[in-house]
Amino acid sequence: MSAIRIPPVLRANVGGAKQVEVEGATVGELLSGLVAAHPGLRDQLLTPDGELNRFVNVYLNDQDVRYLQNGATPVDPRDTLIILPAMAGGAGSFCGRASFRGAVGCGAASTRGAVARRARD
Amino acid sequence: MPTSYSDLLREARSQVREVSALEADLIRQGGDALIVDVREDAEWEQGHLPGALHISKSYIEMQIEAAAPDRDRPLVLYCAGGIRSLLAGQALQALGYTDVVSMAGGFQAWKTQGLPWSAPVLLSAEQKQRYSRHLLIPEVGLEGQVRLLGSKVLFIGAGGLGSPAMLYLAAAGVGTIGIVDFDIVDLSNLQRQIVHTTERIGEKKVDSARRTILALNPEINVVGHEEMLVADNVARIIAGYDVIVDGTDTFETRYLLNDAAVAANIPVVHASVFRFEGQLTVFQPYVGPCYRCLYPTPPPPELAPGCSVAGVLGVVPGIMGMLQANETIKLLLGIGDSLAGRLLLFDALDATFSELRLRRDPACPVCSDAAVEARRAGRPLAVAAVGDGGTFALGGRGLGSPVGLASQAGLDGPAGLGSVGSIGSAS
Repeated sequence: MSAIRIPPVLRANVGGAKQVEVEGATVGELLSGLVAAHPGLRDQLLTPDGELNRFVNVYLNDQDVRYLQNGATPVDPRDTLIILPAMAGGAGSFCGRASFRGAVGCGAASTRGAVARRARD
Repeated sequence: MPTSYSDLLREARSQVREVSALEADLIRQGGDALIVDVREDAEWEQGHLPGALHISKSYIEMQIEAAAPDRDRPLVLYCAGGIRSLLAGQALQALGYTDVVSMAGGFQAWKTQGLPWSAPVLLSAEQKQRYSRHLLIPEVGLEGQVRLLGSKVLFIGAGGLGSPAMLYLAAAGVGTIGIVDFDIVDLSNLQRQIVHTTERIGEKKVDSARRTILALNPEINVVGHEEMLVADNVARIIAGYDVIVDGTDTFETRYLLNDAAVAANIPVVHASVFRFEGQLTVFQPYVGPCYRCLYPTPPPPELAPGCSVAGVLGVVPGIMGMLQANETIKLLLGIGDSLAGRLLLFDALDATFSELRLRRDPACPVCSDAAVEARRAGRPLAVAAVGDGGTFALGGRGLGSPVGLASQAGLDGPAGLGSVGSIGSAS
C-alpha cells in the first residue's frame, strides 16, 4: 500500500482524510485505485476519457510524474503520491466542493495511457 | 620584542607581504580572494573597494572566522594608508591564516591609481538607527539596505497574504510599495488582514494599508492602484516594479499576471492558502517555471466554483505572507536560494513544511525559448484559454458573469486577452 496525499480542496471527496492508502505498483494503478475507491474524485482528477486533467499535477514524493515515467512510473510502498490541483488561492473565494457530473470508475490502462500521453521529455 | 612604533612596523612588514594597488586589483579580479577593509565605519561609508567586506581592525580577530572559515583562502587587507592593514595582517597570521597580504598605500593609493571604487552611500542618522539590525548583517549591510530603500515591490491585493508581507517589507525599508486593490475593508477581513483596523471598516483597502504602512515607516512611498487588474492595464501597472507579491484569488488574474510578468521579466512571489494549509513558490521568469508551466489551464468552472465559505485559519496567510516577504527580500538583495523551482507546502495542523520540485515546461507557450523568440518576432504563441471553451466564471467576489478569454492572446499585446480579471484580497 502506498500513501496518496489528498489536497485540502479535495478532502471532502474522501471523507475528509488527509491521506489514503492505495494498492498499486505504478502511479497509474494508484490513481485508478484511488478513483475506484472514491468515485467523487474522478471528475476532479480525470477527463471523461480517463486522462489526467491538465489542471492537476501529481508528484511521486517530490517529483512531478510527468518528468518521471508518467503513469508507468513504478511506485514503492514507501513512496508518497501527492495530488496538487490548481488553486485559485484566495481563502475566501475558492471552495473545494466540486459539482460532479458523474462518478465513473476508471481503468488502470486508460489512466496510464492518459498520463503517458502527456509525456514531455 | 619591538621597542618602538618603528620597530613594530618593521616587524609587521617582515611578516606580512605587501602588494601594490595594481597587484591587489589583479588578485581581486581573480575572484578567489576576500578583500577586507579594516578601516572604521565612517571611513568605509565614504567609499571602498568594490566587493570588499568591511571588518574594522578592532573586530578583525572576532569576526574573520565567520567571513573566511577557510584559513588558506587568500585575503587582501587594506586600510586608508597601509599601516593598520599590516598590523591586522599579523593578527590574522597569528590566527592561522596562511595567505594574507596588505595593500601598500591603502585606499589612497588605490584611488590615486584610478582604480574603481564604490561611491559612498549614505544613510541618515535616523535611518542608521531604524535599520541598525539590518546593517549588522553582512549579507544586508549598508549596500543591501540602500538597495532595499531603492526597491519597488507591487502587491496584488492588500488582504490576508499581503497584510503581513507589506508590513514587514515596509519595516525593512523597501522604498516603494505598490498596492493593487479596489476593495474596501470588511469586518470579515479583520480575522487575518492585519494591515487594516476595525475603525477603518468601509474604507478603501489601499487607503487603510497606506495609513498603517506610513505609521510604521513614514519614509515609504505607497502607490495605490485602485483598479482591477485587467488585460488593458496589467503591463502598465507592473512596469518598473522589481518584484510582485501575488495574493490574487482568481484564475483570470493569476494567468493575466503570470503572462505579463514573464514578458516584463519580473519575478512573482506566489502563495495561496486554504484552511490550515498554504503553498508558496517564486515564479522567476526564465530561471524557474512560470505558472503556465505548472498549470497550462485552470479548472473549468464546474470543478472550481466560486465559494465564500472555504475559510482559512488566520495565521496561515500570516505565515505564508511573511514567507513571501522573506522571498521578496532575498530576491531584492540577491542573497540565498529562492524558491524558484520549488513549491513549499505548509500544514499548520501538523506543523510541517514539505517541498516539491517544479520544472520549466520546455514547451511552455509563455516562458520557453520558443515563446521568447516568438514574442521578439512579434508573433506570440497561442496560450490556452482560461476555462475550457473560452469562458470562465469568475470565482469568489468575481464579476458575476462569465467572461471570454481569447485563446490567441499574445503576451506583448495583452489587450488581445479581452478578459476581465478581478483583484480581490480575500486571502
